Amino acid sequence: MNFVKTRLAASAALILLGALPLSAADLKVGIKSEPSSLDPQFHVLVPNMQVTFAMFDPLVMMDSKLVPQPALAESWKATSETIWEFVLRKDAKFSDGSPLTADDVVFTLNRIPKVPNSPTAFTLFTRQIATVEAVDAHTVRITTKQPYPLLITDLANLPIMSKTAASGSAPEGKTTVELNRGEGLVGTGPFKFVSWQKGADLVLERNPNYWGKPAEWDNVIYRPMTNPAARAAALLSGDIDMMEDPPTTDLEQFKTNAKLSVAEAPGTRIVYIALDQKGEPSPGIPGQGKNPLMDKRVREALSLAIDRKAIAERVMGGVAVAAGDLLPQSMFGAVKARQAAPASDTAKAKALLAEAGYPNGFQITLGTPNGRYVNDVRVAQTIAAMWTRAGVKAEVAAAAPPVFFKSRDNFEYSAYLAAWGNSTGEMSTTLRSLVGTRDPSKGSGTSNGGRYSNPELDALLEKASATMDDKARAELLQKADEMVLSDYGIIPVHFEVPVWALRKGLTYAARADQYTLPQDVTSAK
Amino acid sequence: MPVFIINRLLQAIGVILVMSVLVFVGLYLIGDPTSMLVSPEATEIERQALRKALGLDQSIWIQYLTFLGNAAHGDFGRSFLTGQPALQLIVERMPATVELVVVAMTFALVVGVPLGILAGLRPKAPSSKAIMTGSILGFSLPNFWIGLMLIMLFAVYLGVLPASARGETVNIGGVALSIFTLDGWQHLALPALTLGMAKAALIIRVTRAATREVLPMDYIKFARAKGLRPSRILKVHLLKNILIPIVTVAGLEFGQAIAFAVVTESVFSWPGMGKLLIDSIITLDRPVVVAYLIMMVFFLVILNLVIDILYIAIDPSAGEKVRD
Repeated sequence: MNFVKTRLAASAALILLGALPLSAADLKVGIKSEPSSLDPQFHVLVPNMQVTFAMFDPLVMMDSKLVPQPALAESWKATSETIWEFVLRKDAKFSDGSPLTADDVVFTLNRIPKVPNSPTAFTLFTRQIATVEAVDAHTVRITTKQPYPLLITDLANLPIMSKTAASGSAPEGKTTVELNRGEGLVGTGPFKFVSWQKGADLVLERNPNYWGKPAEWDNVIYRPMTNPAARAAALLSGDIDMMEDPPTTDLEQFKTNAKLSVAEAPGTRIVYIALDQKGEPSPGIPGQGKNPLMDKRVREALSLAIDRKAIAERVMGGVAVAAGDLLPQSMFGAVKARQAAPASDTAKAKALLAEAGYPNGFQITLGTPNGRYVNDVRVAQTIAAMWTRAGVKAEVAAAAPPVFFKSRDNFEYSAYLAAWGNSTGEMSTTLRSLVGTRDPSKGSGTSNGGRYSNPELDALLEKASATMDDKARAELLQKADEMVLSDYGIIPVHFEVPVWALRKGLTYAARADQYTLPQDVTSAK
Repeated sequence: MPVFIINRLLQAIGVILVMSVLVFVGLYLIGDPTSMLVSPEATEIERQALRKALGLDQSIWIQYLTFLGNAAHGDFGRSFLTGQPALQLIVERMPATVELVVVAMTFALVVGVPLGILAGLRPKAPSSKAIMTGSILGFSLPNFWIGLMLIMLFAVYLGVLPASARGETVNIGGVALSIFTLDGWQHLALPALTLGMAKAALIIRVTRAATREVLPMDYIKFARAKGLRPSRILKVHLLKNILIPIVTVAGLEFGQAIAFAVVTESVFSWPGMGKLLIDSIITLDRPVVVAYLIMMVFFLVILNLVIDILYIAIDPSAGEKVRD
């Protein structure tokens, strides 16, 4: 009901001011899905994070290419292998005018494990942190449980809350429900909260106390519009100024439309094919006593059969980049020689299959989720057709995402298409999850549905995770990456390119992590 | 009459029990909600902790019994996704949907009944044929397409009406309503028209059929022979007797639209309940899905009850059937 009052108050104020046009410096954004909560520590999810980062700042902020930049911490250094010291900006103020101090940082990091009912808890980013202390008003000391080079990228996911505003009677201070109403929702970011009605508009306004360059927009309105055609129609009619994910089929038309502009970011989400490499006969390959995918030549043949460029251009409508590696070149741990996607070679694929003892190929089922990734089913169908052309008769089994994940986790696929978004800009998380040996106690191989397992690779990753020196770590990760790719342990297909459409005259510094941040939208003067 | 009402409510509880088992087992078979909720970067230990927190580590029957126990106290559980009570999520969004459907149904009745009577009175006139052809278009074109075409015409080309969301609302007794502001009506116009067009088409056809059926009846002929004014015959003798099928169809359509207005709601980004249901099914947010369907069963039972009571008001002989 806040919403109504504020709207009424706002209109009353406008009448008093002589009815200035409200839309003069407003930005209306059509978003794919609304945040599940406004509590900055409730759910690790893109729709939540992007709204949070409009109102809050972390100590370290990823720039649009996922390189960490100073935000609330103006500098930091590791004083030993496990102790880090962060110096806070002295000019940073919360939206209520109070200054940022080290106590706020301590409060924020200590609140994380206490937030109840969280679908994905932010402890994901604090599991290596042992203690957080305030050394003085503007210095924070963080001790990690073991040498941990990824602390900086983890901190980039943790927006700093105000201790005064977010304290409360519950163990976690202000509860998620209270924060959803805007109570205690006080950050240092470029915007501050005005109102939120679930399912409808989330309204923010410029934070007058913001320490950085003031944002261009008086008000920002996030409007959840799940249907892409409805988002497109709303943008064309001027109802909204900007939309996430224009439909790939309309993109060409959008680019040539004089009233619109399009922003694209380097993609970090890798779409890949995982292959079952667990000895026994594979469930999706009938009529074969053993699992042909255990043979490296077969895996290479399947990779060679895929025409990645054709998929990126035709199936994905140009909003994908054919991939030869698991991360784009600009990111930490990518292998230079793998920058270009391998060319397809059906003849060589057939020869390799014959050499491996399958001159007539075999049958295989390729699993894919339906509607989880951009054009997922169409990409899978195209790959199946390419495999069939090379002699491996492939059929696609598409399933709704929850069914797909269930089948994947029960190892019912011999081959499946999936994607992996990397929010750290670093190779280690990708490799650990996708190709590290499955080991629940160590937390590695969580998304390794193909059960690729290579002790040498695991050892390299283990070593890299404790190597503090960036250069040495990059070399270890490159070595590990090259090891997997030359073994065809996993087959990269393409990187999804995040796309936005805006009305003409607006530009967006498009972000690789797919966040839509209103402070990065500017109008051409 | 009270026995009749109690019977209906008992039936409703039976339906709810069967439905809740079906939904529970159905969603359980589809998959594990944690795989949709949890970040792929989470480890198995973190996933297990979440399953435990949501009670998903228990067997499906224990989960169901726990749910029944809580539901008996009016607690339908918390949404897996937002952590808010499921019932609250639904109730928050209800006014938007009810408002949209009421306006759409009013439109359908105001347009549908007169046109239907007109077509029924003069079935051979060209105007009647035009009405009937129009009505075929009305219910055979998909809602989705009508909505997008209306947006293209009124929002994109003419630029006179907004394409999305709900307009300015006014708080009446704790309920946010948009029908009391001009901005609200502007936002309501296109979605209500989209939803109302198919309903109007149906009402036209039902009204026409009923009119054709009643016209040759003896009491109409008698009234004519008595020399009554045509307007009185229309109002008293015709309208009253064609009301029963119209009320039946309008009631069913009203219930249908409230529970499942999802297509119109997603085309116009209307913040109603239908979108909530679809989103919850996709994320396997079981507490919300179950609570939603239970509420809808209750609602439809009550609606049918109201329709039955209306029958009695319209047609006294129906009351005897109820008493039997």
